[in-house]
Amino acid sequence: MGTTASQLSKESLSEYQELTFLTKQEILLAHKRFTELLEKHEKEQIDARVPIGRIITLPELKSNPFKERICQVFSTSEQKDGSLTFEDFLDLLSAFSDSATLEIKSHYAFRIFDFDDDGTLDCADLEKLVNCLTGETNDAKLSSTEMKQLISNILEESDIDKDGTVNLSEFQHVISRSPDFVSSFKIVL
Amino acid sequence: MSTAGEQDADLSLQEEHESKTHRTKRRDGDRQKKKRRNERRKGGTRAGEGEEDLQAVSEKRERNKRKRAKSKQETSRRENNEEEEAQLTGGKGTKARKDIRNEKTRRMEKEEVREVDENVDKGKKKQGSTKKGEKKEDGGKQLVKEKARDIKKKNSEPETSEEDDDEEEDNDKDVVRPECLSPEELEKLKEAVDERKKLIQSLRGKPWPMKKKLVTLRESQEFVEKYEGALGKGKGRKLYAYKVLMTKKWMKFQRDFENFKTACIPWEMKIKEIESHFGSSVASYFIFLRWMYGINMILFGLTFGLVMVPEALMGRPYGSMPRKTVPRAEEASAMDFAVLWDFGGYAQYSVLFYGYYNNQRTVGWLKFRMPLSYFLVGVGTVAYSYMVVIRTMARNANESGVGDDNSFNFSWKMFTSWDYLIGNAETADNKFASITTSFKEAILEEQESHKDDNIHLTRFLRVLANFLVLCCLAGSGYLIYFVVRRSQKFALDGLENHTWWERNEVNMVMSLLGMFCPMLFDVISTLENYHPRVALQWQLGRIFALFLGNLYTFIIALMDEINLKRKEEKVVKFNITMWEASLYNGSVLENSTAPPVTIHPADVPRGPCWETMVGQEFVRLIISDTMTTYITLLIGDFLRAVLVRFLNYCWCWDLEAGFPSYSEFDVSGNVLGLIFNQGMIWMGSFYAPCLPALNVIRLHVSMYLQCWAVMCCNVPQERVFKASGSNNFYMAMLLVILFLSTLPAIYTIVSIPPSFDCGPFSGKNRMFDVIHETLESDFPPWFSKVFSYASNPGLVLPFILLMVLAIYYLQSTSKSYREANVELKKKLQMVISVLLFL
Repeated sequence: MGTTASQLSKESLSEYQELTFLTKQEILLAHKRFTELLEKHEKEQIDARVPIGRIITLPELKSNPFKERICQVFSTSEQKDGSLTFEDFLDLLSAFSDSATLEIKSHYAFRIFDFDDDGTLDCADLEKLVNCLTGETNDAKLSSTEMKQLISNILEESDIDKDGTVNLSEFQHVISRSPDFVSSFKIVL
Repeated sequence: MSTAGEQDADLSLQEEHESKTHRTKRRDGDRQKKKRRNERRKGGTRAGEGEEDLQAVSEKRERNKRKRAKSKQETSRRENNEEEEAQLTGGKGTKARKDIRNEKTRRMEKEEVREVDENVDKGKKKQGSTKKGEKKEDGGKQLVKEKARDIKKKNSEPETSEEDDDEEEDNDKDVVRPECLSPEELEKLKEAVDERKKLIQSLRGKPWPMKKKLVTLRESQEFVEKYEGALGKGKGRKLYAYKVLMTKKWMKFQRDFENFKTACIPWEMKIKEIESHFGSSVASYFIFLRWMYGINMILFGLTFGLVMVPEALMGRPYGSMPRKTVPRAEEASAMDFAVLWDFGGYAQYSVLFYGYYNNQRTVGWLKFRMPLSYFLVGVGTVAYSYMVVIRTMARNANESGVGDDNSFNFSWKMFTSWDYLIGNAETADNKFASITTSFKEAILEEQESHKDDNIHLTRFLRVLANFLVLCCLAGSGYLIYFVVRRSQKFALDGLENHTWWERNEVNMVMSLLGMFCPMLFDVISTLENYHPRVALQWQLGRIFALFLGNLYTFIIALMDEINLKRKEEKVVKFNITMWEASLYNGSVLENSTAPPVTIHPADVPRGPCWETMVGQEFVRLIISDTMTTYITLLIGDFLRAVLVRFLNYCWCWDLEAGFPSYSEFDVSGNVLGLIFNQGMIWMGSFYAPCLPALNVIRLHVSMYLQCWAVMCCNVPQERVFKASGSNNFYMAMLLVILFLSTLPAIYTIVSIPPSFDCGPFSGKNRMFDVIHETLESDFPPWFSKVFSYASNPGLVLPFILLMVLAIYYLQSTSKSYREANVELKKKLQMVISVLLFL
């Protein structure tokens, strides 16, 4: 354990502290948890990637319906396979940390909800989102008329320019009023 | 020599300019990338990608050209300016400078072309846009490095030619020589440095990937370090450098301190575990508990450090005077456990209670003003509690902001209802279910405006329910009054003749009522058929009323007892004077020259000391309350869980899914219990300085016990309520309780004269006379004069009036601000909609 902790050099530790909303202990803990996910031969590499399959086994993400999306959003992988480097992992934790600003939280929330990465939340995205929130079981699913009603209600409320989609600024406008977004959009290791 | 310096300066400016353009270029690149992606998606095919890429690249090249032209314009403009300036100042070496600049611009152009070419290459080779971005990043980095190298080369060139000039030159190879910068340029440089600094600070708030952030950070830091030293001149320079160093150190210290602070917060891991198992609402109880613990720690520190320890160390020792000695009649049983458990015997005659404290003005070699300290600590604990509660409330209100407008009902349900902290499959399932039902409910509500099938029946049932609840409240109030009265009768008879139950009746009845009445209310509230959220509020309100009623009946009964004791005291006082007189007479008769007879303090008759009695009652109440809480926890949760778990193998129906099931964690009930417990602490701590210490122990044990109980025998709540909305609700309750619990304490302090032979205020007419006494004897006479003028009703009344007016004024302004805020919000929404529509 001592060796894994010492792998992070002092400079990069202070840089990470400068660049994220995490404290020193949190970064060290994140590093420890991350190296636990790595396989043995990967531990020597500096920018080793952990595939999405192993990331989502983390107990903090395991029961989250958005776990795949979260990995995909924070991944900088070239193959778009959702694998994370340690720095991506830190980005994730920083955005979900206690002290992150509303702005950055809402930005990432938008990207997580934007299932097809096209920069707006359209009807298909919203439908997927509702399905994620109501769980996989069939009896919990909303009927198609209910779904339609729900989505039209949402668009009515938050689609200010009436183009049939919710864009980032509209999303942030809605989110910024919410009393409990900041407190619930949190993942702590 | 001077030309070299000027060259340096120019170079620095140039580089700055370059890096700026570089940055904007990158940003442009990003934007373009996004656009391109969008285009591709709309096209839907990947076939035309290469073409599009090419097109984009050509587009970019064009744009770059344009930009280059612009930058050229800019540089030329600046050149002109500088030329003018140079001419004004003497026009020395302008030509050389110009030459170099031309060369520079040329090189810049070349590099940009190269970059574009590179991009074209990359576009051909690579597919994924992210990769491209990354690559470009690398390219950018390389570019920067290249430039830096170039500059260095350039830098060293003139130096090598003028090597023998002086040695200082060598020292600041990298640093620009500030003496040669014109103030305008300096200003610009300063601005650039400040801009970089701002960038560094805001970097963590940018939604970029870490690599990009790292590159920007390193670049900016390098820049800042390089040019920071150049700022400031001559003498000022050193100071400036020192200042910069100090700010750096200070920042580091602050960060370390922040780290240290977070490391000091206790139970972080425990709470996190609960959070991930049960969601944020159960965890909010534990956070509240921890917060309470912190407050009680401070209260404990105050009473322990300023009252209990000084009296124990510096006051007169035990047995030196009647108030500090166990009376002869109780001596035999003073060490019995049953007596100690009731806080009688030796516990009663110790620093734990009011009566033990002596009324000597100063104690010890420090001349510690004991009675004054006692009084001020009593006032201070209350004042501190008010301050903390109100400050927390204000902060919570700030954080939640304008959360009460309901215009985004559906969107909030959609976008913010998932609790990302949940890490437990079962909780997640419950959450899924509750979100689904909330969706369905919202849709139904939207579709039809709540059709009531039988309004008369529901109305009747609700009235009936409220009637029943009122009966319960009245019954419990009467029961408590009755019990307290009876206990007084028992006390008059002497406690020894009664059973354990009869001695502890009051506390037990109060605890039992507090335990069973909420259950009763729960049953009654099923009659009413409210929406669960509304039902929860009613339930909380009723429990609050119950607890409050019980507490106040208790206090009223206590007041009766105080009056009784005071009557008794009068009799005792009279008897004592008689006894003293007889003693004196007797001794005089026997032997007038002998020293006065020393009577052992245990034999001296003494008054009943109502303050200690009040303190004891509160301590007993707290103890029995704690005990019942723990026992209910063990029986209600643990035993139930064990039974359900193990009897399930041999039972006719499914116990786990069916009737008894496992218990849920009752957040609101527990929070209310905590709040009332705190209320009792505030009420009683003036008469029993040990109460905060007891409470700290209680909370500490609670933390571990409840954490354990929650993790091992509770199931996640079926209906998960949000924690955030209720936070300030609980705080408001705490404030109300604080107010209500300080009222009786203040009443007793102000209106009832203290006992004549016990406590720090004995012999005074009122307790607050201690302030008066201190003012008269410890402060110069003018001070007490001023104070007496200031406390004159003629001055106080107008002052109060003024404060009321100020409050009224502030409130009305805040109201108008709020209105203006709403108005502005409306306007903003309109503007946004218009903008987006366009």
